[in-house]
Formats: sequence, C-alpha cells, structure tokens
Amino acid sequence: MNDRKDIKPVFLEADKCNGCVSCMKRCPTEAIRVRDGKAAVMYERCVGCGECVNVCPTGAKRESYDKLESIAGYKYKVALPSPSLYGQFNNLTDTSYVLNGLKALGFDDVFEVAYGAELVSAATKKYLENPNTVRPVISSACSAVTNLILMRYEHLIPHLSPMKQPEVVAAKLALIEAQKRTGYARAEIGIFVITQCAAKVSKLKRGNSAKYIDRVLSNRELYFLLLDKMNKLENPEPLSKAGSLGISWGSSTGEAMGLGTENYLSADGIENVIRVLNELEHDKLTGLDFLELYACPSGCVGGSMNIENPFLARTRLRRLRKRYAPRKVEIGTASEFMRSEAYEPLNVYRLDDDRLKAMKMTMKMKAIYEKLPQTDCGACGAPRCMALAEDIVKGHDVKCKYRKGEELYDDG
Amino acid sequence: MGESIKLFYNVDGHDFVSCGQASEDVKRTLKNIGFPPEVIRRVAIAMYEGEVNMVIHAAGGVAEVEITEDAVRVALKDSGKGIADIEQAMAEGFSTAGEDIRELGFGAGMGLPNMKKYSDEMKIESTVGVGTNVYLTFYI
Ligand SMILES: Nc1ncnc2c1ncn2[C@@H]1O[C@H](COP(=O)(O)OP(=O)(O)O)[C@@H](O)[C@H]1O
Ligand code: SF4
Ligand code: SF4
Ligand SMILES: [Mg+2]
Repeated sequence: MNDRKDIKPVFLEADKCNGCVSCMKRCPTEAIRVRDGKAAVMYERCVGCGECVNVCPTGAKRESYDKLESIAGYKYKVALPSPSLYGQFNNLTDTSYVLNGLKALGFDDVFEVAYGAELVSAATKKYLENPNTVRPVISSACSAVTNLILMRYEHLIPHLSPMKQPEVVAAKLALIEAQKRTGYARAEIGIFVITQCAAKVSKLKRGNSAKYIDRVLSNRELYFLLLDKMNKLENPEPLSKAGSLGISWGSSTGEAMGLGTENYLSADGIENVIRVLNELEHDKLTGLDFLELYACPSGCVGGSMNIENPFLARTRLRRLRKRYAPRKVEIGTASEFMRSEAYEPLNVYRLDDDRLKAMKMTMKMKAIYEKLPQTDCGACGAPRCMALAEDIVKGHDVKCKYRKGEELYDDG
Repeated sequence: MGESIKLFYNVDGHDFVSCGQASEDVKRTLKNIGFPPEVIRRVAIAMYEGEVNMVIHAAGGVAEVEITEDAVRVALKDSGKGIADIEQAMAEGFSTAGEDIRELGFGAGMGLPNMKKYSDEMKIESTVGVGTNVYLTFYI
C-alpha cells in the first residue's frame, strides 16, 4: 500500500492561488493539477523538492513546517539546527553564536545536526570500504532525491546509501543525552529539528524518525528572532561541537569531501540530478564511488525555507568552516547508523496492480493521447497532454480545452 | 493472441541532445503497466544504446516496440551505411566512431555488447550500403 498521501511537504493556501500553472509546469514528478482554478498537489507523487514554493508568484504554495509556538508544553526542549542555518548569517565567525541564540530563544539545550552528519560520514566511509557495496553509492542525505529515486528510478535503489539521515542520528543522541541529564520521561522532552527543507519536514516526522523527533521548525521563521537574540549576546558559551566537515554538509560537495575519495560526483538542482540519474540508469557512470545529489541549487543552503540566497550562503559556509578543524570521529560499526527500514519502490506510475488491466488502460491512454493536440499547453490543468490522458483513464472527470467531444474519450 | 501494445518512434538522426526519447517513453509505458524494475532497466539501457547507434552511425531510423503481458520486443531499423563485419562490431571496445563523436561522450564501443548483455535475445541483420535492423527481446 502506498501510504504517501499523508505526507504533505507542501500545501496550498487556496485563496492566494490564481491557477497560473507556474508550479504545475515546474514540478519534476508531475504532482500538481489545476482543478477548479486551484493548483492541488497529488501527494503520493510529491517528492518535497520545494520547486513549487520557489516559483509561485503569489506565495500560495507553502512548506508544512511547524511553527515555533508548537514547542510549548515540553518540559525540556532541545534545538537541532541544520548546517544551512549557519550560512544565513553575515560575518558569522563561531557557530556558538547561533547555538547560544537558540538557548536565548527558549530552548534548554542544543545539538548540532552537523555533529550527526560527521557520524554519517564516518559510517559511509566504512560502507565504501566493503568491496560488495553497489557503486556508485548515492547519498541518502537529500530527502527529495531519495523520494525521486523511489518514485522514478526504482531500479537504482541498490545504489542508495543505507545510512540514516544526519538529523535522525543527531536526534537520537540528543534524546539520550537529554534523558540522562534530566531524568524526564520521553514525552516530557521535546526534540526539535530546525531545517531548510520541505521534504525533510514530512520525512522526519514519520516512521522510525518520529521516535526521536517531535517537531520540525524552519530556518525562515527562526532567522529574525535569532538574529535579534544573537545581536544581544555578549560572551557566548562555547557550545560548538561539530567540526569543519559537519558544517560543510550544508552545501554541495560538503558531504563528499568528508569521504576521503576523489571518485565522487556532486550535482545540485533537481534538473541536474535527473540528468545524472539518467546517466547512471544507462550504465554510463563507471569508476565512481559516490554520488552526492542535492535537489536544491548549491545544496541545502538552496532549500526553500532559507532566507539568504544559496550562493551567498554557500560562500559563508565555506569561510566559516575554515575556522574549524575536522573533528576526529571514532565509530564502531557502520551498521549502527543504517536504517532499519528497507527502501521500497513507490510505483506511482503503475495504472493498476493487475498487469493485464494496466496494459488495457495504457492502450486507452495512448489512444486518447493520439487525439489530443500534443502541445502540453497546460490549459486543461495537467502538465502535459499525456498526463491528461493518464488522468482520464484513471477515471478523473477532466477534458482537453480544445477537444471537448465525448467521442474522443469513449472509444480508446 | 493476447493483448499487445505497439509503439512506433522516429529517431531523428541529427539530434544528439534529445536522443533517448524513444527509450524514455518506452520506460514510462512499462512503468504504467507495472513491469518489474529490473526488466525496465534492461530495456532502457539496451534500447537507448540502439537509439544512439542509429543517430551516430546511421543518420537516424525508426524504433518499433511491441509490449505483451510478459515480454518486450524492440526493432531498431535504419537505412544507414550498414555493418560489414557484425562479429567485429559486437566485440567490446570496437568502434568506428571518429574523434568528434568521442568528444561528445559516445563511441566507447560498448553499445552492441551491452545490448547483447541486457537483452534476452538479440538478432542483427545488416547489409552494407542498405541499412541495419536490430531485434531485441526481453522477458519477465
Ligand atoms: N546502426 C548502425 N549502423 C551502422 N553501423 C553500426 C550501427 N550500430 C553499430 N554500428 C557499428 O558497430 C560499431 C560498434 O557499435 P557499438 O558497440 O554500439 O559501439 P560505438 O557505438 O560506441 O561505436 C560501431 O562503431 C559502428 O561501426
Ligand atoms: S514540492 Fe516539488 S514534488 Fe512536491 S508538488 Fe512541489 S514541485 Fe512537485
Ligand atoms: S537539497 Fe537539502 S534542502 Fe533541498 S530538498 Fe535536498 S535535503 Fe532538502
Ligand atoms: Mg554505440
């Protein structure tokens, strides 16, 4: 069963949507349909890349992050900032400013996602030492890319890194630490990831990750509040624990740099990612150990829930990390950091579970397509004529604006 | 005879950039039907190589695809220069592609060997100066 319908990385504020089809045209998985003048998301196909949020001219598409006020009610609150957050501030010389700022905002403690990232790097390094590992290994850090592979590149699943996401690794450690320190029950402790990413917002609150993570907040909402607190800080307590490699994860090539191999390829931006995956699918990427793929431009600093433009944020992270040494990370086995749930293909393009029935539907879909203008104009509310044909065979009551006659749809 | 879907594509011989559209469409169609990912990947790789060959060695051609409940049959037909020695052409690394083609990232001489490797049956008919037909079959 595909239970993806309850994952909603983005949502529509319907009264702001004017049905302009900008988001529908940009969505890499054809997850958007304009129905009754409003751009609805078919959630089972949404990878959470945030493209629709970035492109919407009226601000009607929004990420489903939790508001800061949702942290109330926990006796002990731990904030987990992502590396991208550090890139938002001008002239940041020490991540402790951000971490102290968070405490001033009302969090009792902080735990850096960058610290979790360093552990993931160490585990990935070990995983790459194993000669049986399917190469190139595709990083599992970008949730949108992972979703895209499960949806459009099922046969590349053996390449996907089995590692947990840094947020999850960090959250588990943060929770253990908080429980030790306070003696509180799990329900009394709030673990809050602060992120740039629509895909992560929904991913981190589901499945196993939900055991450790209570809310997922946004860089965007916290930025100004933090800035205010940071400006008032006199002597920040030295709270930074992560080193240069963890901080680097916030932008592209950051993860790969920590692996000690030159045989990696790093690509960012969803269209570029698709090109690389197509090459891998065609068996064209030989001699590589690692693919670091980010859906957002420049990596997570390009996530839609950031404030600063990605290129500037990336430059800032590069400067910031120079002030840190790589942290020496010792881990036991890689398996400690691997996901317990196997990756499952999502089969979202399958028309029916019965192959013969699906074949008949496919034939009908192609026959309908033959009669459509094939201009992909989008006026019908589907991103391409083929997508309209698909919607029709799936039983949706939709029609081409320019071919309205019933006979076009009946005889398939 | 059971149900079958027949697809037809013109493969433009001058278009390096969008080369691969036919195999892409076949891939999507097989996903719609629910073919196993492993079969879809084999079809995608082998058919893509066939398309590339028609573009770089034969100035284009046509692709005919027939999909049944448990098999995919692909015929790649062109009226290009033909292959003089098929056995030699099938050897790994053998290529007659010029420098200009290699610079574009093609011409590694692995196309025909990979088509053989990833398909369950492969047949080549070719006459110098007349053209080449390659038939590929894939079973679930
Ligand atoms: N459709 C075709 N028409 C003419 N020659 C072909 C065709 N397909 C393959 N060949 C010949 O077979 C050789 C090997 O093909 P292939 O294994 O695909 O390697 P490559 O395309 O990299 O050269 C080509 O270099 C070419 O001489
Ligand atoms: S977040 Fe990305 S995948 Fe989801 S609807 Fe928006 S553009 Fe499509
Ligand atoms: S690049 Fe980062 S912010 Fe963007 S979708 Fe991937 S994980 Fe999220
Ligand atoms: Mg070739």
